[in-house]
Amino acid sequence: MKTTYREALRAGLRDALLRDERVFLMGEDVGAYGGCFAVSLGLFEEFGPERVRDTPLSESAFVGAGIGAAIGGMRPIVELMTVNFSLLALDQIVNNAATLLHMSGGQCHVPVVIRTTTGAGRQLAAQHSHSFEGWYAHIPGLRVLAPATLEDARGMLWTALQSPDPVMIFEHGALLGMDGELADDAGAVEIDHAAIRRSGTDVTLITYGGTLHKTLAAAEALAAEGVSAEVIDLRTLRPLDDATIMESVGRTHRAVIVDEGWRSGSVSAEISARIMEQAFYELDAPVGRVCTAEIPIPYAKQLEEAALPQVPAIMAAVHDVLGRMSTSVDGVPVLAETH
Amino acid sequence: MTPALAVPTAVVDLLVPAPLSAAAVADRAVPTALVVVARQPLVTSPLVRHLAEQHDIDLTRVAGTGTGGAITRHDVENASRLAGGPLHRTNRPTSPRARRLATQLGVDLARIEHGSGPKGSIIGADVLARPRPDSKTPRPLQEVFASDLSPGRDPLRSADAATARTANMRRRTAALMARSKREIPHYFLSTEIDMSEAIGWVRDTNATRFVTERLLAAALLLRAVVIAALEVPETNGHWVDDEFRPASGVHLGVAVSMRGGGLIAPCIADAHTRSLDELMSALRDVVGRVRTGRLRSGDLVDPTITVTNLGDQGATAVFGVIYPPQVALAGFGKIVERPWAEHGLLGVRPIVVATVSADHRASDGQSGSRFLNRIDTHLQAPEKL
Repeated sequence: MKTTYREALRAGLRDALLRDERVFLMGEDVGAYGGCFAVSLGLFEEFGPERVRDTPLSESAFVGAGIGAAIGGMRPIVELMTVNFSLLALDQIVNNAATLLHMSGGQCHVPVVIRTTTGAGRQLAAQHSHSFEGWYAHIPGLRVLAPATLEDARGMLWTALQSPDPVMIFEHGALLGMDGELADDAGAVEIDHAAIRRSGTDVTLITYGGTLHKTLAAAEALAAEGVSAEVIDLRTLRPLDDATIMESVGRTHRAVIVDEGWRSGSVSAEISARIMEQAFYELDAPVGRVCTAEIPIPYAKQLEEAALPQVPAIMAAVHDVLGRMSTSVDGVPVLAETH
Repeated sequence: MTPALAVPTAVVDLLVPAPLSAAAVADRAVPTALVVVARQPLVTSPLVRHLAEQHDIDLTRVAGTGTGGAITRHDVENASRLAGGPLHRTNRPTSPRARRLATQLGVDLARIEHGSGPKGSIIGADVLARPRPDSKTPRPLQEVFASDLSPGRDPLRSADAATARTANMRRRTAALMARSKREIPHYFLSTEIDMSEAIGWVRDTNATRFVTERLLAAALLLRAVVIAALEVPETNGHWVDDEFRPASGVHLGVAVSMRGGGLIAPCIADAHTRSLDELMSALRDVVGRVRTGRLRSGDLVDPTITVTNLGDQGATAVFGVIYPPQVALAGFGKIVERPWAEHGLLGVRPIVVATVSADHRASDGQSGSRFLNRIDTHLQAPEKL
């Protein structure tokens, strides 16, 4: 079945609404308008205003309402338009959803699923383009998912709804239009493990979400140079699947992390630290990182592209950990220190 | 690898890298009266202190082998080498995996010439690419050392142990030599070599060098043997399972007599990759380690050919017994002045008698003669060695 990431997300939502009557979707413009990014288009008409609910522009209020509904026995899916606006609901997510199980002595589960759009690449500037999933991955009590493929876009939601604890799903905005083949019987997928999207022997590239496809493209280009790169799609940012990462690094002895978040205090920093803690004696080179420039995401197309991790930079980082000379990044000679 | 080979505890302690000498820090920063917490190392020589500081060796962690347990220059050099210290360390970074593999496999990182990692760093693949001894060939010598250096015994300390060790060593040497004479059809050749060129060159070269860097004529002899062994492959390898297996490189056994009796032949591995100076340094190291009972696993890889050099105190010629499963043993007597006729003229020249004992199953007299002649030729052009 030919489909897109957006349609796969919608199929996941529709499936959940059909299978469990406790499930409902709420958020800004998810109903009559069909969602700000048209993910929920048509669901309002199919399921009605009780189950696809438009909310006022108050993230804190409707995320709080979702948490309350979850405690009350419902299975709410709360959509936050973009990750930037999720910060308005940070108090509800971090101080309530993530803590209640622990603060109630294990008596109060919060089975809410919060979906939001993350990432840059669409000229939506600094209000709509950041990648804060790493912040949420810092919080105990939350499970953080980052679907990067059609299968995961289609299948993570249902599995997330089965979790007794709050789950956040970060859908990358630049992937919404990505099309491809999805099995007709595609359904729920497990959310406990990272996936090796490409096998390789020379270096492990670790990434998730919007940068997966750039990383795969880099791996393809590296293969043409004779470098065999393994690509790990993390899928779940919390809890991290250490075993898959360490197993891979144990084979390749080199790792480069590609993360659209800012480098400082990022998921990439966490993974790098864990590799150092758990696989130090397997390493043949310092862990490399390719992250977004530490600036608010620019509006101008060229500047935005320059700020984000791109294929040539990923290749250059791989050259660095392999001790090879990078000839150029976008035609600009790279003076990699090699001997 | 032979798991049985144990390293004395004192040596293991030295494997812990000492980033900055505690003694050095103390000397610089703290008034002397306060420096009583650390165990005071027994160092009598300022030269040793200086060397330790140069090589960042923490003297409190070095076991002394000198008089009354004093730390000698040799101890510091050993510690430095074991710590991958500056003595043998290049400034090349080494990956954590490479370090782990080197430790596990007994590979000396200092001898890896090219790192293929970022910024020329040594990585795991570089360590794995080092040729290692073939574990299938018999290794009688290792058995000797394994029993001598087993954990819990300190061969240097107890008189009883020393006696037992000597007896044990004698017994094993006896068994090995008897086996050699029983199994190997030896043939013996000798030739006299004019050493004036070699000795003159050594003298001139040493004139401009520090004492610690000076060459001995013995190093030239070893180097000549190494090259000759490569040129005459029938002398370099092992006789195993009724066939001769030539070796691709030269692991050079060097017969060294031990204090208190007994003879062992530790190995200078990959001797063909070493320059004359490196051979000299390796010779100095290995002899030192034999004499202090601190042989390492790397010293015990199977040699492909052995040299016995009687030195100044010896006889003028030696016809040795081959160490099985090797097929040749080169011997040198002491260098003596002898009348020497050349081009119809008579002169007095320093002469050494070079001999070869070879296995007639693997080679014949012509090969052996060629081997000796090549040694002679090389010693006439010492600057090319």
